Formats: sequence, C-alpha cells, structure tokens
Amino acid sequence: MTLHLAIARRSFRRYSTYTAATLAGIFTNCVFGVINALVLMAVWKQNPDAGGYDVQDAVTYVWLGQAMLMTIALFGGGAPSDLATRIRTGDVAMDFYRPVGILGWYLAADVGRAAFHLVSRGLVPTLVGAVLFDLTFPSGPLVWLAFTVSVVLALFVSFAIRFLVAMTAFWVLDDQGTQVLATTAALFFSGLTVPLVLFPGWFGTLARALPWASYIQAPADLWLGHEQGWAALAVLGLQLLWAVVLLAACALLLRVAERKVVVQGG
Amino acid sequence: MIEGAVRYAQIARLWVRASRAYPVSWALLVVGGFLITGIDFVGIWILFQNVTDLGGFDLHEVAFLYGTSGVAFAIADLFVGRIERLGQMIRLGRFDQMLVRPVPLLVQVCADEFALRRFSRIAQAALVLGWACTFVDWSTSRVLLTVLTVVAATVIFVALFVGMACIQFWTIDSAEVANAFTYGGNAVTSYPLTIFPSEVLKVMTFVLPLAFVNWYPSLYVLGHEDPLGYPDWTQWLSPVVAALLAVVALLVWRVGVRSYRSTGS
Repeated sequence: MTLHLAIARRSFRRYSTYTAATLAGIFTNCVFGVINALVLMAVWKQNPDAGGYDVQDAVTYVWLGQAMLMTIALFGGGAPSDLATRIRTGDVAMDFYRPVGILGWYLAADVGRAAFHLVSRGLVPTLVGAVLFDLTFPSGPLVWLAFTVSVVLALFVSFAIRFLVAMTAFWVLDDQGTQVLATTAALFFSGLTVPLVLFPGWFGTLARALPWASYIQAPADLWLGHEQGWAALAVLGLQLLWAVVLLAACALLLRVAERKVVVQGG
Repeated sequence: MIEGAVRYAQIARLWVRASRAYPVSWALLVVGGFLITGIDFVGIWILFQNVTDLGGFDLHEVAFLYGTSGVAFAIADLFVGRIERLGQMIRLGRFDQMLVRPVPLLVQVCADEFALRRFSRIAQAALVLGWACTFVDWSTSRVLLTVLTVVAATVIFVALFVGMACIQFWTIDSAEVANAFTYGGNAVTSYPLTIFPSEVLKVMTFVLPLAFVNWYPSLYVLGHEDPLGYPDWTQWLSPVVAALLAVVALLVWRVGVRSYRSTGS
C-alpha cells in the first residue's frame, strides 16, 4: 500500500511538471465548455425540460463533462498508454519480472495522474464555468460524498477499459487502431457529445447501462441531485459492478498475455 | 510552390508505406476515423429528436453547415494537421534536423507522419454534406458559392493550423491552445451562429473571422436573412478573408522560424 501510494505521488508530480501544457489544456477545456454550454442552451430554450433537465442542469452538465474529461482520460492516455508503449518496445518483459503486480502498479500511477488532472483541469474550468454561467452545486454533504465516490469509481472503470485497450498491443503490436475505436465509444456513450438523458427510448436505456455511463452521466446525475436515496445507491452500485468486472477482466487477460509475450527482435 | 508539392508528395509516400507495417491497426484507424467524427453528427441528430430547429435552422440546414465545415477541416487536417506536433518535433530535436535539409521547412513539418487514413474523415463529412445538398434549392450562383466556400474554408483552417501552431515556437508545451481554435473552430462552425450571443458573432466576424468559414455564404445558399443585417456582399467575402488569413499565417510562421532557438537539450 505504501508502495502504491509512493507510485501515485510520483505520478502526480510527473504530470504537474508541465505548467504551460496544463494552462493550455485548461484554456481549451474552457473554450469547449462555453461552446457546448451555448449549444445546449439553444436546445433547452426550445424544449425547457428536455430529458428531465432544466437549462441550468444542462449547462452544469457540460462543465462537469469538461472537468471529468481529463480526470478519467476520456481521450485515452494516462498510465495504460505507457504500458502500450512498453509492449511495443518489449520493455514490458521487465514489468513481468518485478515483484509488484503490473495491474496495481499502473492503477496507482493512473490514480496519481487523475488526482492532478482533477485539481488542475477539473477544478479550474468548473470555477471558470461558475463565473460565466449559473451552475448548480451539490445540495449537501451526502451529495458531495456520493459524487466523490462516483468520480473514483468512474476512474476505475475508465482505467480498466484503457488498460484492456493497451493490452491489445500484445496481439496487434500497435494499439492506435483499437485506441481510436475505444475513444469513439467513450466520447459517444459517456455522454460528452450529447447528454445521455437526451438519447431517445431504448437506445438511451441501453447507453445508461453501459460502462461508459460511469464516466460523466453517473457523477453528473448525483451532483445535480437527480438520483437520490436508493436510486443514488443503484447508480453507484452499477458503477462498482462495472469496475469489478472490468478490473477482473484486466487481471485475466494479463495472465493470458504473460504466457504469450514475445519480445520483438528477441 | 510546385517544388514544395512534389517534395510533400515524396515524403507523404514514405509515410504511407511505413503505415503498412501494422495492417490491423491501420484498418481499425480508417474505420475509427470515420466513426469518431461521425458520432458528432449523430449527436446533432439526437439533439434534433428533442427540438425542431436550432437557432432557426432545421436538421438539413445544420447538416449543410456541419458538412461544409467538416469537409474543409478534414482536408486541412489531412495535409497540414501534423503541424500541431511542432513542439514535440522541437523537443525531440527533429526540427533541427529538418532545418538543415534541402526541402522547404513548412513542407517537412506538415508532411511529417502523413496518414492517408485521415481521408476517411473527409469521406464522412462529404457524406453528410451530400445528403444536406439534396434539400437545397439550387441555382447556378448557389452552386458556385458552395464550391468557393469549401475551398475558402479549407484555406482558413490551414491558416489556423499553421498560425496557431507557431505559438509553440515560444512555449513548446502549449499545443493544446491551438486545439481551441482549430478543433474549436470546426465545432463552432458546425452550428448556426445564431445560437450564440450576437457579441460572439461579431467577434467571429471581425476579430477571429470564423464566421467566414461557412456562416455568411450559407446564409445565401440556404436563403436565410442575415440576423446582423450586414450587406449581401459579405456572403461572398470568404475567399478574400481566406487569402488574408493565409498571408498572416505565413508571416507568423516566418517570424517564428526566424526567432527559433533550439531547446538546447
């Protein structure tokens, strides 16, 4: 545990080194936050209770989405993409020798990264959004708690999916292809492109049961207070279920990969 | 100019050949490139399941805006998009190598890691544009303006890619700032600009002329009144604006290269 904490702390520091890149990223998050907020405002002006949200919920949702974007590494990247590189170069053979589990090592590194992105690229754009627009904030400590747990679970789910994608490099060597497909699915089914509450009928129901709903829709619904009491627990339960299932899949696939690992050129 | 194009083609051919090393990944990237921009339009379609129009434009008209902007952006991205990695090229010392080669510098930077698979994005946007075009009430001048618009919009996006990437000559890590203008510009021009406050529309006319990507010409092609009431000739101004922006971008590039100091590490 102390070891994993140390890994996480160093990973946090590694990402916090690049101040200019962080500021540039925050700027971009804010620009897209404004664009998307204005688009959704136009939608809610026409249809004031679309998807059960009011316009303030919708705008808050946009800024939460921008805040979660880097925290859960929606576009890919983070510790699993280090793994993909090491698979391609063959350095991963070294990882298998270490007296620490690979999955725990990379998860700890990704938690450190996520913590940095949450305070920089999560918090700052949210504050900018709050200055520019009327946003809804959690109504009490229980809501804050539920939201926090939800964000952690969102990270676990997203880590597991990115880890699975990175592991495809064991078979196809270059993971860019699987990467772009995974990003497409994440962009769409997380509700970043359009909130899942606007998805029509059974398609919406399906989207909200998929693991990507954990990324933005689930934390946002808790933050906005749309899911309370037992319903809130059900949201967290589904996230937990996906996190456990997907992390187990990671461990299983890792074991298969270990047997077939072929170091290039060796 | 011609020499530059020939060199570009030569470098591009090398990269296309290199990309065949990982065939499975390449095929997935082609499909992925088609889908990843495709979902943006599916998103717009979903929005229209909840409303009948956005800013006074129906789905077909928004598709026209999305299509013109998307085709132009994808073409610009295919040919010069790699310039967004300028900071990385500088950091890895590859830019220094390029400086001493007898090929125009801008050509080398833009042709770096040329990827033909990006063509699938052009195809995706063209498909939407083609569909949108079947709903337009065509006349000769409208056809002419549509063609002019796609060409001018491409030049505008090329200028944005090049000009904004130059920021990285001064702050190497700031690649993402450019994204706000390039990808952000593409996102904004996929919607009717009437959904934004009129101040934003004025900024996009006079300061950062994104409105000339497709907004003003589309008012003519789709037969809409200009909400700001500008004279009709502004709807034909895009090629002029595009030419001006291209000159500005080239000047910025030149200033950037002149003031470039290697990172020294």
